[in-house]
Order: sequence, then structure tokens, then C-alpha cells
Amino acid sequence: MLKPLLAVCSLLAATTAFGADQATVRVETTTLHGPRPLEKQTEAAVIRDYLQAWKSLDAALDQNRVDLLDQDFVGTSKDKLTNTIQQQSQLGIRTHYQDKAHDLQIVFYSPEGLSIQLIDNVEYDLQVVDHDKSITTQKVHARYIAVLTPSEVRWRVRVFQAVPE
Amino acid sequence: MRSRFAFPLAVMIAAVTQFAIAQNGNMTLPQSVEAGTAFSIQSSGSGNAILYIVGPGQVLKRDVQLGGSTFFPAGLLSNAGHYLVVLSAPSSTDSGAFDVIPAKQPADLSFLAKPSRLSVGLHNGISGAVYVFDAYQNLIAVPTPVSFELSNQLSGMQTHTVTTRDGAAWTNMDSSPKQGAANFVARVGSISSTRVIQQVPGEPCGLRMNARRSGQKLDLETDPVRDCSGNAVSDGTIVTFTETYNGSQSTADVPLKHGIARVEMPAYDGALISVASGVVMGNEIRWGK
Repeated sequence: MLKPLLAVCSLLAATTAFGADQATVRVETTTLHGPRPLEKQTEAAVIRDYLQAWKSLDAALDQNRVDLLDQDFVGTSKDKLTNTIQQQSQLGIRTHYQDKAHDLQIVFYSPEGLSIQLIDNVEYDLQVVDHDKSITTQKVHARYIAVLTPSEVRWRVRVFQAVPE
Repeated sequence: MRSRFAFPLAVMIAAVTQFAIAQNGNMTLPQSVEAGTAFSIQSSGSGNAILYIVGPGQVLKRDVQLGGSTFFPAGLLSNAGHYLVVLSAPSSTDSGAFDVIPAKQPADLSFLAKPSRLSVGLHNGISGAVYVFDAYQNLIAVPTPVSFELSNQLSGMQTHTVTTRDGAAWTNMDSSPKQGAANFVARVGSISSTRVIQQVPGEPCGLRMNARRSGQKLDLETDPVRDCSGNAVSDGTIVTFTETYNGSQSTADVPLKHGIARVEMPAYDGALISVASGVVMGNEIRWGK
């Protein structure tokens, strides 16, 4: 029963700024709970901006630069990531989040149109670097809940949280 | 260097807050930890090592003595998420993972309500959406009942209870038949958030005018203009009087004042006079003949 609902409606390749680093992106059929219809353009914009947020997250945590979060994160998620970057800086740690695959489904579009929630079953490589020494690189599979809200020209991630699978 | 804790009482306390234990190489990890609670990580072997707990939400690093238990006190790891744990010793590196899950107790609601102003008596005219958070601003993803209440002084209370899915719940409400400010409340347990919705009168209903000669003029005046629920339509609402006579037409737009629109127009025998407000038509009067 679930399989038809979860039928893959598109398979995309998200090209990162680094060319060779590509994450495969599957977008599941949208099964919204909520009264507001989701236009295709809105769906595409949300997914585009969410994937870009992963690139920003990687760059910010890899370089310990808070300013790299500004474009794609806002509110609670930005505050938490900012704290993480500050902790990393104090400890001499950098982390590299290389997303490899996203399995996305938009699950909620709030009635007033001010928030969109999606679920991302994501695979990524996480590298931990301590004082320029690579400690480990691990493959991680996690289920993320993200809530995005519209800003002037893009959707920004307001809630970004892994939940147990 | 941060302190290392390895005392039995702490381990006992931590064991209460951990949901299950998993062995990862030289480490024994909890499978999940509730945000903000104490926990411990046990290691085996001997010698010194560095313990890392890494996630987008938080990063911790501890110098540890292998073979002991490292205690993390309550409040230290509070951001929900998936954490990688790395135990880096001179001769080996072990890794594992665990989840920090939101606290069970809701502490904050993000409540989006729309619109802030609308007409009375609209079916499903008001919408509200809620995200439920714990005290650490973690989204509580487990199903949680949310009560939505809409009330004002003159109308009864509407209540809808909706269970969250992935931390979100929404509802629609009807605007009440009586004008005035209404409190739109979202409530989870003892936590609530309130938005004020202004409910204003709707379109005029049963618009009616009277005509009376005043010298060479007709004095046209509406009855007090009300909507279909009996609320007085707001002053300033435009009422249009139209007089048609002998193929020509005269129109006067008049704002409501004290609930009534009044105007003088020429008194022609046989003139047809009508009144309207927006798309709402009122009565017609054939003057004279």
C-alpha cells in the first residue's frame, strides 16, 4: 500500500559547486497533510534551496565560518549551527559533511503558506578533523526533518533536525 | 582539559536516562539519549584516548582514560539529532552513533494563524498551524495532541483537537457570527500560544432605503445597515444611490455614517431609484406616479 504512495516521481542529480561531488536526489510523491496545494514551482524552489542549505552547512562547518550560514539558515537552526561552529573553533575541530544521497518528501505546507516541512532520508560522509589531522570519515544514514520558511528571494531552513529512523 | 567523570553514582543516574546500550568496538554507547539528560559512555582497554561526539547541532570533545566511564551531566547535550561518536586512541579508532531525541515535555509552540482580520461567519475562514518544541527548541516529532480554541466574548468557543504529525498540526476554524476580537489559542498541555483575530461585519444584508420629498429634492436614507448576522456594517462603507429618469442616470456614492447612508437627489416624477453596496443590491423605489 505504501509503495505506490512512495513512488519516485523524479530522479535528479544535484550538482555541487565542486563538480565531482554529486548527490543523488530522489523526490518522493508529495503526500501533504494540510489544505494548501503545493505548486510545482514552489516544490522545486524548496528542494533547490534545501539542497543548497546542505552545501552551506558543509562549507560553514568545514571552514568554521558562521557567515556562510546566512543565506540558507534562519532562526533556531541557524542559532544551533552557529553554536556548533563556535564549539568547533574552540576545540580546534572541523567537520566535513559530504551529502551523497537525498530521498526527499514534502509532507506539510502550512495553510497560510509560511512554512513547508520535508523529510529527508539522507546519506552523507562525515569527516572529523582535529587540528588539521583527519580523525575519521564515516558514512552516515539519517532521517532529517526540515522546516523551511520563505524569505525575500528564497526558502530558508528554520528547523533542521535528525530524528531516529 | 575538561574534567573526566567516572564515578558509579553518575553511571547509575545516566543509565536511567539511556534507552538501550550498544557495543561499538571499545565503546559502549546509548542508542538514544533524551535531550538535556545525563548519560555516560563506557570504554574498554587501557591508556589515554580522545572521545568526540559530533553532530550538526553540537560538538563535544573529551580526554578520556580507556577502561572507564565518561559521564556527561544533564544539560550538556541538548540539541536533538544524530551524533557520531569517535574514540581516538594512539593505536586504534572506534566509532559509533546515537540519537539525541527531544524531551518529552512540550515547552514552546510556534503558532501561525491567518488571517488577522476577516469577516464574520466565514466557513473555514481562519487557519492555524503549530509546531511543537521542547525546552531546547527541538521539534517534538512524536504524535502530540494540540487543542485549537477560538472564542470571543459574544460567541461560544470552537475547539478542535488535532494530533501532530512529524511535529506539525493544523486546523481550520469558522469565524464567529458576532463581530469583535477573538482569541485564537493553540494549547498543548499547559503550554499555549494566542493570536488575536479581528472579526469584522460582513456584506450588508437586506439593504433598504426610504424616500421622502424635501422641497424640490428627495431625501434618501437607508435603514441601519447590518450584515446577515445582525452586526452593524462599518462606518465608511460606501452605499451607492442611483436615480434613472427619462433615459439619464445620476449616481451618488455615500459612506455610511452612524450605520446609515443619506443623500439628496432631484425629485422627478417617475424616476426609478435604487440602492446598492458593493455587489449587494437593495430595494428600488419608483417615485411619484
